[in-house]
Amino acid sequence: MSIIVNHLTYRYNPGTAMESTALDDINLKIEDGEFIGLIGHTGSGKSTLVQQLNGILKPTSGGVYVDGADISDEGYNLKKLRGEVGLVFQYPEHQLFETDVFSDVCFGPKNLGLSKKETELRAYEALKQVGIEDDYFYQSPFDLSGGQKRRVAIAGVLAMKPKVLILDEPTAGLDPKGRDELLEKLTAIRKDTGCTIILVSHSMEDVARYADRIVVMHKGKIAFDDTPSEVFKHRDELKEMGLGVPNITETMYELKAAGFPVSTDIITVDTAVKEILRAMGK
Amino acid sequence: MLRDITLGQYYPSDSVIHRLDPRVKLMGTLIFLTSLFITKSFYGYIPAILFLFMVIKLSKVPFSFMVRGMKAIAFLLAFSVILNLFLTQGEVIFEFWKLKITKGGIYTAGFMAIRLSFLIIGSSIMTLTTTPNNLTDGLEKGLGFLKIIHVPVHEISMMMSIALRFIPILMEETDKIMKAQMARGADFESGNMFKRVKSLVPLLVPLFVSAFRRANDLAMAMEARCYRGGEGRTKMKPLKYKKRDAIGYLVLVLYLGIIIALRILLK
Repeated sequence: MSIIVNHLTYRYNPGTAMESTALDDINLKIEDGEFIGLIGHTGSGKSTLVQQLNGILKPTSGGVYVDGADISDEGYNLKKLRGEVGLVFQYPEHQLFETDVFSDVCFGPKNLGLSKKETELRAYEALKQVGIEDDYFYQSPFDLSGGQKRRVAIAGVLAMKPKVLILDEPTAGLDPKGRDELLEKLTAIRKDTGCTIILVSHSMEDVARYADRIVVMHKGKIAFDDTPSEVFKHRDELKEMGLGVPNITETMYELKAAGFPVSTDIITVDTAVKEILRAMGK
Repeated sequence: MLRDITLGQYYPSDSVIHRLDPRVKLMGTLIFLTSLFITKSFYGYIPAILFLFMVIKLSKVPFSFMVRGMKAIAFLLAFSVILNLFLTQGEVIFEFWKLKITKGGIYTAGFMAIRLSFLIIGSSIMTLTTTPNNLTDGLEKGLGFLKIIHVPVHEISMMMSIALRFIPILMEETDKIMKAQMARGADFESGNMFKRVKSLVPLLVPLFVSAFRRANDLAMAMEARCYRGGEGRTKMKPLKYKKRDAIGYLVLVLYLGIIIALRILLK
């Protein structure tokens, strides 16, 4: 499944005194199986962009083409699209509403018109994928802990078996252990299903570690679109945009500034360890 | 989409009307609306027109904002005018086909039109020149005498302020929830009446949960800052009458006097 964003511009409140350009001439191509990290300062347009990809928002000009078809066309099956391009919003636990966990996860596949058997099978699989135990299936979603609610909400989208999974800051508000667990689970899901993942994040470390491509947004435009190692070479520019580089990269810069001959093209702790040992002559 | 509704439609400006105590404005609106129903002849509406235009001029709010409220009742206005015009019995003045326009019809339709439009414009001036919180402060202070008969005036006014404060927040929340459910394939638009009502469940349940959660958090935050209700509570900006408020009351009394006088004289 290929998604092509072509000269997409989006304005809020067009033609009024409060008009603002959220997306300015965005061009992007998303291929099968990629893990894309989407980063940008608050207000840069990340959330607006991902909402264009499944038709929740319509472009002011330009278009989104999924497998060659313009999704803004009249008669385009947006419901089907949302089954294939799954979007998990920030704080997704706020969308839970059913009387029990299992029914809530069934909501998505049910809306796609699947048979009861298929719906329940998918709900079961999805809940297992996020690591929710059977005992919780028939409890009220409101009785679960914050982290569990989050996982149930994500399962609700996974149950639709999307080819492209977009997650808007899925680790917001989770403790470090919860964050790591969630990101590990996402990697496992990607390995199992081969789906494309787009991770909107504020954590440079997370995207450095998991993404094979990073798209940096700034004031509605794409500033950088490259591999993590390449993107994080632009340390100064990223800082000017209100972003940064991974902590470990920052550490390497400080070591270098203190006179230690290390390379600053480092974005993970493991490679940093190797580089420091190398520079120490070991 | 949902953000277009600006409740209260306060128009910020520095006019004498804006600076009036909200109690004067509340009383003024009440008196003005009452005067529209006391008047029984077209000539009686002349002071009303003059009063209205004077207030509009003093408020420094562009006239276009005043008539915005009219759009909402345009249909109702047209409907009642036409109804009254053609269905009132009496002395026939004009006739074509089967439709008769009577003298009584013209009078009733005319009165209806004036009353409705002045009603809307009159109340619009109130909301355009007074912030919602100013309004609730005015109600709280103005209706304070009801505390004697144990009406919880402060609590009601606090409830109103909080409700007004949360309207934009809850509208945003509704938007978010709607989008999240749409991303799961929810359909709020198609289907028959029954289906559409049913489709609101995934929207309303999370919204209510969110509202209750916020209410709980707000209550705790207020208590943590020593809120215990209205007893012994002082205000940062207490409402105090100024000279202009006395003048305002005087003008209102004069206006009402004129209206009543005209009503009696123009039998």
